[in-house]
Amino acid sequence: MEHLPILVVAVPLFVAFAIPLIDKVGGGRYAKEGVTVGSLLFSLIGMILLLKRVAALGPQVYVFGAALPTLTLPTGMKVPIRIMFEVDGMSAFMALSGSIAALAAAIYSIAYLKDETGKDRFYVLFLLLVVGMLGMELTGDIFNFFVFLEISSIASAALVAFRYYKAESIEAAIKYMVVGSLSALFVLIAVGFLYGKYDALNFAAIAKRMEFSWADKIALALLVVSLALKCGAVPLHMWLPDAYAEAPASVTALLVSVSQASLYGLFRVCFSLFGVKMSTLTVGWIVIIFGVLSMFIGVTMALVQKEIKRLMAFHAISQTGYMLLGVGVGLAVLGNPFDLKSYGLMAMKGGIFHIINHAMYKGLLFLTAGAVFYRAGTRDLNKLGGLAHNMPWTTVYFIIGAAAIAGLPPFNGFASKLMIYESVYKFNPILSIMAMIVSVLTLASFVKIFQSAFLGPQLPEYKDIKEAPMSMLVGMGILAFVVVFFGLFPELIVRTIVDPAAKALVDQASYISKVMGGM
Amino acid sequence: MTLLYTGQGFWDPIAWLFGTAFASILVYWIWSKGRGDYKKGTEQVKPFLCGNPEPGKSEIHVRASNIYWGFVEALKGYYEPLIGMHTGELSDYVGWFIGGLALLTFVILVV
Repeated sequence: MEHLPILVVAVPLFVAFAIPLIDKVGGGRYAKEGVTVGSLLFSLIGMILLLKRVAALGPQVYVFGAALPTLTLPTGMKVPIRIMFEVDGMSAFMALSGSIAALAAAIYSIAYLKDETGKDRFYVLFLLLVVGMLGMELTGDIFNFFVFLEISSIASAALVAFRYYKAESIEAAIKYMVVGSLSALFVLIAVGFLYGKYDALNFAAIAKRMEFSWADKIALALLVVSLALKCGAVPLHMWLPDAYAEAPASVTALLVSVSQASLYGLFRVCFSLFGVKMSTLTVGWIVIIFGVLSMFIGVTMALVQKEIKRLMAFHAISQTGYMLLGVGVGLAVLGNPFDLKSYGLMAMKGGIFHIINHAMYKGLLFLTAGAVFYRAGTRDLNKLGGLAHNMPWTTVYFIIGAAAIAGLPPFNGFASKLMIYESVYKFNPILSIMAMIVSVLTLASFVKIFQSAFLGPQLPEYKDIKEAPMSMLVGMGILAFVVVFFGLFPELIVRTIVDPAAKALVDQASYISKVMGGM
Repeated sequence: MTLLYTGQGFWDPIAWLFGTAFASILVYWIWSKGRGDYKKGTEQVKPFLCGNPEPGKSEIHVRASNIYWGFVEALKGYYEPLIGMHTGELSDYVGWFIGGLALLTFVILVV
């Protein structure tokens, strides 16, 4: 069990490199798909076990190459010198969310990519993307974080260009690659600043020595802007609709979770690396402003879109705004124990709960958009219509996802949004009211998709299309089940995974002491 | 497992489901009391279009571009610059990043 942190990453990584071999020796018709799904199922089960272990024993560390996986400080050393994973409630929460989305997307891909060529490369890149995402969420080392960020960026760009025969896909991939490389470069420069100053790369070791000098401030600015860009916060979001719209639907569903890994990085930097040493009110407000801009501009841009995945992509930006708002309020009052207890922690819980809710319902919505494209052959909402007649299951899944993202009860989006509204109201009522208005506009734009794609009379051009194939329905079904389950039992989810995640972010001392001991 | 404390109040989805089920039954009961003596398959069930022939199915479907046209038209002053910002050009994406970085660095260094 102590090797779980590395196994959940190492198994998909091993399988990624094994797939070309399996393909070479001709391991069977669905061998690639089988081992991919198997490795992701292993990761998901591993993450559930790891989450239980973190809940029972506190943060877990795994030191690479040490005599013992828990030996963070070898004799005579004042700082950790080895790469290590540090898994607390927040990182385990994020990795669990990503693992569920990855498994559903992989199952969906089996039928979705049936007629495509280059599937061996697809599954290699898909697994590398998962490895990059999980690595970013589990690592306790800032340079290692950069390495995993690069792995996920390269795999993402290649997957966006998977349909290389479409000019739009290539264009979106080039944009993603340039913007992603630029942000990763600035992350690396920030790492350089911190390493030059503290002679350490471990989050906890740097946090323990943090002085918040001018060099640290520059590193903070570089990290915040670079990670805000990677998670798609306005006004750094421009690449996201291009990439999300052009990637295959199963990749887009996973890209939502991958973008959230950068969001996690932003939160980890603010809470665990800098913590109360920085001006939490200033940085908290910066995060809140990113959140409000993302919510409002994301949803208003979505309303005028005519392409189903592009519309949903703008909603991904908008929903990220809720997470930034909730956690930003917690950050703004981090230095004020009374306000933090009174409403700050609840706002953070709402924001964090919204992360997993969003990964599930937005993943589901992108998969339904993929099913529409798979059968109707277009993503243009002006050409679609009446699909509910032929695709009843896809329609039901779309309704579940759309109701959840719009914050309609009893789905999961309602619970997390309610937590955000009520707690943010105590911080600043205007922010809360804006969040509610954005929710109304979200409902309006999903009514637009529902009306134009699914409702209306059966159109002659679509009268013969069939329901999506079984594996696609299963992939969508997994996410729809989670959306409904989280919606019906929100207290269970908040108590078991959200509350520990929020407390782990706030408890910087515990994060540091797990690695640095009582030094 | 279901009663969630939300900061200032509580949310119970199971109680909401019971309430919704009760309301649905009530609505169905009221609906069932309505007239059921119309003649199916006759002129009574056709839409009244002032004597004009009923258009084809694809013609009566409201397309995406027509939905919220009025909303977007009314907010033209907001939408024109906003859409104009989204040029789709990579150099602009980089420009926003560099501009944002400069602004944020200034704010963090000064405040």
